[in-house]
Amino acid sequence: MITKQLLEIKSHMQIAEDTFEIVLQSPLAKELKPGQFVHIALTNHMLRRPVSVAGIDAQAETFTIIFKIFGEGTRELSKFQTGDSLDVILPCGSYYPIDQLEIDHAMIVGGGIGVPPLYYLAKTLKENGVKVTNILGFQSKNQIFYEEKFQALGDTYIATNDGSYGTKGFVTDIINELNPAFDYFFSCGPTPMLKAVSSQLEGHKGYISLEERMGCGVGTCYACVVPLKEDPSKSKKICKDGPVFSANEVILA
Amino acid sequence: MNLTTRLPGLTLKNPVMPASGCFGFGKEYSQFYDLSELGAIIVKAATGEARYGNPTPRVAETSSGMLNAIGLQNPGVEKIIDEELPFLRSYDTPVIANVAGSTVEEYIKVTEALNRSEDISALELNISCPNVKEGGVQFGTDPSLAKEVTFKVKEASNYPVYVKMSPNVSNIVEMAKAVADAGADGLSMINTLTGMQMNLKQRKPIIANKTGGLSGPAIKPIAIRMIYEVRQSLDIPIIGMGGIITAEDALEFLLAGADAVAVGTANFQNPLACPDIINDLPRVLKQYGFDSVEDAIGKGHV
Ligand SMILES: Cc1cc2nc3c(=O)[nH]c(=O)nc-3n(C[C@H](O)[C@H](O)[C@H](O)COP(=O)(O)OP(=O)(O)OC[C@H]3O[C@@H](n4cnc5c(N)ncnc54)[C@H](O)[C@@H]3O)c2cc1C
Ligand SMILES: Cc1cc2nc3c(=O)[nH]c(=O)nc-3n(C[C@H](O)[C@H](O)[C@H](O)COP(=O)(O)O)c2cc1C
Ligand code: FES
Repeated sequence: MITKQLLEIKSHMQIAEDTFEIVLQSPLAKELKPGQFVHIALTNHMLRRPVSVAGIDAQAETFTIIFKIFGEGTRELSKFQTGDSLDVILPCGSYYPIDQLEIDHAMIVGGGIGVPPLYYLAKTLKENGVKVTNILGFQSKNQIFYEEKFQALGDTYIATNDGSYGTKGFVTDIINELNPAFDYFFSCGPTPMLKAVSSQLEGHKGYISLEERMGCGVGTCYACVVPLKEDPSKSKKICKDGPVFSANEVILA
Repeated sequence: MNLTTRLPGLTLKNPVMPASGCFGFGKEYSQFYDLSELGAIIVKAATGEARYGNPTPRVAETSSGMLNAIGLQNPGVEKIIDEELPFLRSYDTPVIANVAGSTVEEYIKVTEALNRSEDISALELNISCPNVKEGGVQFGTDPSLAKEVTFKVKEASNYPVYVKMSPNVSNIVEMAKAVADAGADGLSMINTLTGMQMNLKQRKPIIANKTGGLSGPAIKPIAIRMIYEVRQSLDIPIIGMGGIITAEDALEFLLAGADAVAVGTANFQNPLACPDIINDLPRVLKQYGFDSVEDAIGKGHV
């Protein structure tokens, strides 16, 4: 059941350049599944901001979000303090359907601010006994976050665009190099990256998570549509039917 | 406090309803509250056939508002009648269908199809969508076209017809008179104003359609002015909208001459915007010395 709640910030800290982690308290925390997002209201903005769930603590009834300053809204979000409250709609959108999949080995491919939801996913997969290999791309060294946390879940490879850390280049370069065996891939990141990864891994089973500018975030305004491969005159809503889609279900712009 | 307001074909327990395109067909917001609390519900536009709409990005945020260029995406009137409207039956609130088209024939086709639905109480004739190439706003900015389409839809419809006015005109009273002459039962005002916003990083408009319709608090003074002007010279019921967020905003519209109000963009910011306004309205009416909603209508005229 989707609701609007005023949630207390339990912690708020910077974890990389322009990148922040916020932990929020909510009785709904344990309902939040990997891939889902929350929709956050900001005082000086008409529209809410969608941010993915990066992890939960069922016992403490908290969940984590990680975001990067992109424009004015995320800048405002970065200025909140521990103890402040945020107006949040949750849980939003679809999730990675891992309970319905037979997986022994998952390949996680994340880019930049697409990495946070994949941490929650990788952690859940590992807890379910699935082997995970993580391939993460960042612009440069000072933007990398959660490297050790990913290492604790499985082999983790990092690419940076400028070569300041790990492999110089893109996540696709690492995939080429490693050519790992896996049952399913899971990817989230900028659309050009998702396009490159999906075409590189064509024929493999996988799920991707998409972004689009949102109006309502709950499925009423038709702002966030993506055309379907089987019939491009039909579309799905990223906020409600997504953000997670099967890799060959949608047409990436 | 008596919140009742009466308009042709509609007796509303309170004057607040969600605006077309900002509430889908109700299902999503029914998760947040009981839709029976609403005065009425105006649903998303219906066209003759399914429409895909415009490329994305379709929305952008502006200072105290937003731009949208959805492009009337909808599954087509037949599917809306069969698959969307029946859901709203279980709620004790009248439904207003929003009728859109590219040609007079399409408007008539949608109108005639809606005659077969028992789930609605009135039509809102959308001649003001700025985001489609043909039809839409062109009907809403040319008095003779507006008159023609209103007359024909009114002739074809079993339901009262409210004509949704475009603010993208220099003489709103002339437009209002044209549709009133053609037999409109009431007016809905206002739709969005055409606008544009640039993406600095990409050096191009943010919205893929380039232009979009501006809504939200940014357009409220324009809506109030237009309603006031029309009310001054015409005796026709008005559903007012444009930037309403609070019960105070709603009262401003009533004072300007609206008989009821619709809330659009505010739903996105606060899914509980409509019930919040409804719950706060008695306090605000009382604070400013009114005994009922009907008592406040048109009282801002000096
Ligand atoms: C499902 C989903 C999950 C997301 N998860 C995360 C996350 O975990 N961490 C993170 O840092 N970012 C995430 N984003 C992107 C984040 O929502 C945008 O960076 C943010 O909205 C930008 O707002 P702004 O005010 O800083 O930028 P501005 O450019 O000033 O924003 C203006 C408008 O554009 C919208 N907008 C701008 N960029 C985006 C975008 N990339 N996606 C969607 N809307 C956008 C904003 O919501 C706002 O309405 C996610 C986006 C989606 C759709
Ligand atoms: C995303 C969006 C979609 C809309 N779709 C429609 C529509 O389908 N038909 C219509 O008549 N008006 C549509 N409108 C206009 C609104 O109904 C309303 O007239 C306008 O937004 C002004 O009110 P507001 O400032 O409260 O949003 C839409 C507005 C928005 C923001
Ligand atoms: S953001 Fe409104 S339908 Fe997705």
